[in-house]
Amino acid sequence: MPEPRDRTRPAMQRFSFLSLIGHALRGHAGWQQQWRTPEPRPAYDAVIIGGGGHGLGTAYHLAHDHGMRNIAVLERGWIGGGNTGRNTTIIRSNYLFDESAALYDHALQMWERLSRTLDYNVMFSPRGVMMLAHTHHDVQVLRRHVHANRANGIDNEWLTPEAAQAFCPPLNIAPTLRYPVLGAALQRRGGVARHDAVAWGYARAADALGVDILQNCEVTAIRRDADGAVSAVETTRGTIRTGRVGIVAAGHSSVVAAMAGLRLPLESFPLQALVSEPVKPVLPCVVMSNTVHAYISQSDKGELVIGAGTDAYVSYSQRGGLHVTTETLAAICELFPTFRRLRMLRNWGGIVDTTPDRSPIIARTPVPGLYINCGWGTGGFKATPGSAHVFAWTMAKDAPHPINAAFTLERFRDGALIDEAAAAAVAH
Amino acid sequence: MIGAFRTPSGGRIDRARPLRFSFDGRVHHGAAGDTLASALLANGVHLVGRSFKYHRRRGILGAAAEEPNALVTVTRDAARSTPNLRATQVELFQGLRADSQNRWPSLDHDASAVANLLAPLLPAGFYYKTFKFPAWAWRRLYEPAIRAAAGLGRAPAHPDPDRYAQRYAHCDVLVVGAGPAGLAAATLAAESGARVILCDEQAEMGGSLLAESAATIDGRPAQGWLAATLAALARHPRVTLLARTTAFGCFAGNMVALDERVTDHLAAPTPGLPRQRLWLVRARQVVVAAGALERPLVFPHNDRPGIMLADAARTYLMRYGVRVGRRAVVATAHDSAYDAALALHAAGVAIAAIADQRPTPGAAAERVRAAGIAVRSGCVVATTGGRQRVAWAGLMPAGGGATEPVPCDTLLICGGWTPSVHLVSQARGALRFAPETQAFVPDRPVPGQHPAGACRGVFGLAAALADGAAAGEAASRATGHGGARPWRGAVSGDTAWTGGGAPGLAPGVGAGRAFVDFQNDVTAKDVQLATREGFRAIEHVKRYTTAGMATDQGKTANLNTLGIAAAALARPMAEVGLTTFRMPYTPVPFGSLAGAARGDLLDPVRRTPLHDRAAALGAVFEDVGQWRRARFFPRSGEDMAAAVARECRAVRTGAGLFDASTLGKIEVAGPDAARFLDRFYASAVAALPTGRCRYAVLCREDGFIMDDGIIARLAADRFHVTTTTGGAARVLAMMEDYLQTEWPELEAWVTSVTEQWAVLAVQGPRARAVLAPLVDGVDLGTFVHMRMAEGRVAGAPARLMRVSFTGETGFEVNVPADFGPAVWDATLAAGQAHGLTPYGTEAMHVLRAEKGYIVVGQDTDGTVTPDDAGLGWTVGRAKADFVGRRSLARAAMAAPGRRQLVGLLTEDGMRTLEEGAQLVADPHEGPPMRVLGHVSSAYHSATLGHPIALALLTDGRARTGERLFVAMPEGAVPVRVTSPVFYDPEGARLHG
Amino acid sequence: MLLIDCPYCGPRPEIEFTYGGEAHRARPADPAALSDEEWAGYLYLRRNPKGRHAERWRHAHGCGRFFNALRDTVSDAFLATYRVNETPPPPTIGPEAAA
Repeated sequence: MPEPRDRTRPAMQRFSFLSLIGHALRGHAGWQQQWRTPEPRPAYDAVIIGGGGHGLGTAYHLAHDHGMRNIAVLERGWIGGGNTGRNTTIIRSNYLFDESAALYDHALQMWERLSRTLDYNVMFSPRGVMMLAHTHHDVQVLRRHVHANRANGIDNEWLTPEAAQAFCPPLNIAPTLRYPVLGAALQRRGGVARHDAVAWGYARAADALGVDILQNCEVTAIRRDADGAVSAVETTRGTIRTGRVGIVAAGHSSVVAAMAGLRLPLESFPLQALVSEPVKPVLPCVVMSNTVHAYISQSDKGELVIGAGTDAYVSYSQRGGLHVTTETLAAICELFPTFRRLRMLRNWGGIVDTTPDRSPIIARTPVPGLYINCGWGTGGFKATPGSAHVFAWTMAKDAPHPINAAFTLERFRDGALIDEAAAAAVAH
Repeated sequence: MIGAFRTPSGGRIDRARPLRFSFDGRVHHGAAGDTLASALLANGVHLVGRSFKYHRRRGILGAAAEEPNALVTVTRDAARSTPNLRATQVELFQGLRADSQNRWPSLDHDASAVANLLAPLLPAGFYYKTFKFPAWAWRRLYEPAIRAAAGLGRAPAHPDPDRYAQRYAHCDVLVVGAGPAGLAAATLAAESGARVILCDEQAEMGGSLLAESAATIDGRPAQGWLAATLAALARHPRVTLLARTTAFGCFAGNMVALDERVTDHLAAPTPGLPRQRLWLVRARQVVVAAGALERPLVFPHNDRPGIMLADAARTYLMRYGVRVGRRAVVATAHDSAYDAALALHAAGVAIAAIADQRPTPGAAAERVRAAGIAVRSGCVVATTGGRQRVAWAGLMPAGGGATEPVPCDTLLICGGWTPSVHLVSQARGALRFAPETQAFVPDRPVPGQHPAGACRGVFGLAAALADGAAAGEAASRATGHGGARPWRGAVSGDTAWTGGGAPGLAPGVGAGRAFVDFQNDVTAKDVQLATREGFRAIEHVKRYTTAGMATDQGKTANLNTLGIAAAALARPMAEVGLTTFRMPYTPVPFGSLAGAARGDLLDPVRRTPLHDRAAALGAVFEDVGQWRRARFFPRSGEDMAAAVARECRAVRTGAGLFDASTLGKIEVAGPDAARFLDRFYASAVAALPTGRCRYAVLCREDGFIMDDGIIARLAADRFHVTTTTGGAARVLAMMEDYLQTEWPELEAWVTSVTEQWAVLAVQGPRARAVLAPLVDGVDLGTFVHMRMAEGRVAGAPARLMRVSFTGETGFEVNVPADFGPAVWDATLAAGQAHGLTPYGTEAMHVLRAEKGYIVVGQDTDGTVTPDDAGLGWTVGRAKADFVGRRSLARAAMAAPGRRQLVGLLTEDGMRTLEEGAQLVADPHEGPPMRVLGHVSSAYHSATLGHPIALALLTDGRARTGERLFVAMPEGAVPVRVTSPVFYDPEGARLHG
Repeated sequence: MLLIDCPYCGPRPEIEFTYGGEAHRARPADPAALSDEEWAGYLYLRRNPKGRHAERWRHAHGCGRFFNALRDTVSDAFLATYRVNETPPPPTIGPEAAA
């Protein structure tokens, strides 16, 4: 049973156009903090390690769906400062395997109402995600996706090069291209969202349900009792007793899991992204190409948001080599030759935790009371709401939700992989 | 002629070379040496842009890279249009055309300026709080409106015709910034024997020296010293000087990226020169002498045209001969503005007042008073007025009091100086807050990097020169050079600067309309709101307000944002900390970064030795990895289907000739070659006799098929191994991995010979007849299936193999690549009598599918085991170990329900299935359907007269004979599950 | 772009090399003797440390040799490179030595 809490916090302010007008009349002096800055309590019913979208969302769902109130999210730095705030925000669910498609489409359906759920405009923009085929092998692979998705009730359609260009006018479909566009798979329900708003929206909603969000609180050790079960976490802000710990630490998952003596099938790689200077609307959708290693969309602010593959080596440096950026932009400039004079404004790196089969792990662990949600590689943002929902379920019931039942640690022992990387040959 | 606000003399422009240019269609004149900004100011044009959010009128704030307001589109022609350039960095040339951005219909009358009236409804983060209802409206209504309003300039409508170059460079010491510190560093480093590259972002090197008039160095006027120093460096054989070159990124191992602007400043770019050039400099040591940027003051309505950074105004006067106004008020928190006031005063600009927010200004105030200028200490600007341009400044005692409007047409502001620590921070150098300068400066040095001069908080000419010299000396010593003469740069006439107010809101003034980030329209009030709403981390403040996220990346905004946030949070600035500096320092064109990698240079095109022969026959090619392969050979009037049908028929009834040169080929040699291959491939190889071939499957260590090919034994200790076209490099790398690191005891060596051999596949019942007259040294009569021998074919040394990927009698003729075309010609000639027909990859696919031969990567996908693919027979089960064997024993690998390779025939016998289509048992089931598998290969078989397909199907082999359905959007297609071998299941034709 | 000191060729830019993953993970001599758990450990589990990492590189576009490197995964600085048959340098190199 959740411990009854005496919360002096006022009810969450509603966000709306009317409230905006009302506050404007008072000079915006009356807005509450969107989340509190509490001191750590000595004990919690559940502790989430990692204050990104997945972690904050997990806390929200533990509180909202499962009635737990005494929950803390421990964040080493500032919430949303890891991959949540560094990714290129592509959202889609056109994955090949049934397990993946179910997971990502669960998330996509939640995205479609997330602004309402959280009373926070996360700016989900289903403007369409188009994946380009440049070789006959690409065509075979992407058409297989289209068929597999259709069987799963997930929208994905095949476009001719001309139809692809009609949907995305700046796209170069000249047959003289080094790798000409032979067609494209389009998921119209796919799109982008505002990454920061996802972290902040979940934080605000979780906080309103009593979740303590503890920033600048780095976990330094995970304590286990005589039976091996989790009993406490040591942090830079003191010891916190808890019997239930969820690790949602993205690139740092291996580091945190090692504190509980757990080794994971993960490697952490640098992933870079960049934006251009803002220009007037020129790119109406998201375009991805695996063959030439690039993906691109345009933010509401007008910046072209561009991503690529990872650097080759394990690193926690949050930066990569310029050669990865130059290769990406070479590809972008071939596909969109009118963008060549635009300028790179900002480039940054994240740390992506990658599993051997490029599918996540959302599961219990051999350590009682310890749960793990990791291995999202380069594609975790799109799964945020769905991942949070099923992981909270797993933590609350100590049993997987049907949607994440296949995403176990044991699949690596048994060989029951969900190998989107091998099968898909598309960037995540 | 060259501007009403031009001084009669002075500055570094050439008044004898006037230049015509246009801004928003209006023609003006400037002079050689001008920037667009200085030329506009010379013509009295201050209104140059509209702000991003509120569309407020904006003027030129700075004189260099920090400029947030004066963004323009420069257009040479329809394709050469570049948006978002800073007018302060655009060099003037004859005929330059520039236009303002983000306004409609005109800069002066901008309809979107209504946003300024709605500003109370648009505080920081307003869009997170609204536009949520109804759900569809964000995508359809609100977002399009926001997107249309946002963005600055327009992307060009046409592909960029310009060329971009890249080059690598190595040096002992890279010096970034050619101001006093950088020049001293470069001089010292060069003299001590180091190889030096000195780069500077501006058109002219010299930095602050370019606007220096009072000081002397070594007894010479500063500008004379500059000319002599640059001349000496230019003559120096070990020094490379790069002007117009921005060091924009610092990477691991002292790799510094520079962007050189080669032709943008030319009226008629020299043909043959690239527009820009990316330098990738691997420097043993880096001296960062990037200088410092002046910081604005934050007070209400600090954003009107005519309000300018004080030192920028001095630069316009001293370097460009431009008076930025007639009557100026100076507001400052730092001594440097007094130099500007004195300079402008001397040039005839009336200085109405100097408002110094410090209670006790430094010694500079006395010099100014001596010149007859009024200094008000403890005084701030509380607000300003004016429509097109600032008309008055409201001066108020710091902390509050009555406001006195002082008329002016120019308001010069200076809040202090912010060291440019970007490259230090990018190199992960720690920063510390220096209270004496109210700035963040480098803390512990990064190995291999030497900050010098203003970028580490060392201000003043003499100090910067000495600091630069010391850095240059230290850097060259670290590269093993030394012994330069000690630095003797005696400086006189240098003015010492003190002060620098605390960044943030000027004391006692309001926060509304007090702009912190000019371009993104972030006010002090927005920053305060963010902290009130719980955004306490500086990164949160930045992201919530967007302060520091404009195209200037906060060069003028970040410290003030931090100051205001720290004050609102009642925490020291050092504790709140800075946001991360990210590359690039200033924006870099995609073209520069992409470089020469365009068109066919994006990725190498690999062509086989027989490519030209195929092209001459009219082949249509396709990309397969990097290779270009002949897909089919249409004759006049034929479409692909007709050509492929004809090619297939020729192979089945006569003979076909196929270019198989793209197949990967690896020679494996050494006493342990057989042992190695036996461990490496799933198939048994050790007992393969010399002169025989074997089909072999390669698994990854996880048990799934990675590649396949033919292993031919040339000798006891030598094998010729083929791989798939796409897998050649992977397989070779994996062989090297196992040989070098897992089994180093094995004496075996692997060599890629893919490009050394041209491979001609001659296939069909007449294949032997075609080849017989050409072959020397091999008895084709006894040369049965899966034999190999060395001999001569058409006079060329050859490795001849009796292998087939068509199911017909087949030969693969390997000849040294250079012999390929001649052997192709000879074979075609010899084959004429037998109907020998060239065929392409498409016919090859049909022929192999008719036989149920898989293509790795098409009929397998990284989740398929040898047994799944029906290749269990190829696995050497008697072997104790091979790569992947242990994994194949895992639970899921043998469990029921695995997808297995089968054949499919459509019931109607007419329709060719679609590759990738899904197999189901119940076609009426709604989604999600229970999917049993998918079609991996599907072709029309001209030989059989009906379509065929291969599929991976759950428990497929046990379902042979079952009726299933292929789910298609237009309706399910009934199919029958069959053996994957459709043609000649006994294999009799192989042995013909 | 990293600068990698190939023990055979000297310092070369990263684009000449391919990364080979964690070092000092010998393939078991008799995989059949391992449990599924142990075999999965060999196949998939990695140290993935934040800090000192022993890893393999191959000078693919140079001498072609595999070698090992010690690299700090936080700074990406190489602490040492050494040949495959050599033992890793002691932890007196690099940031941990100072601690």
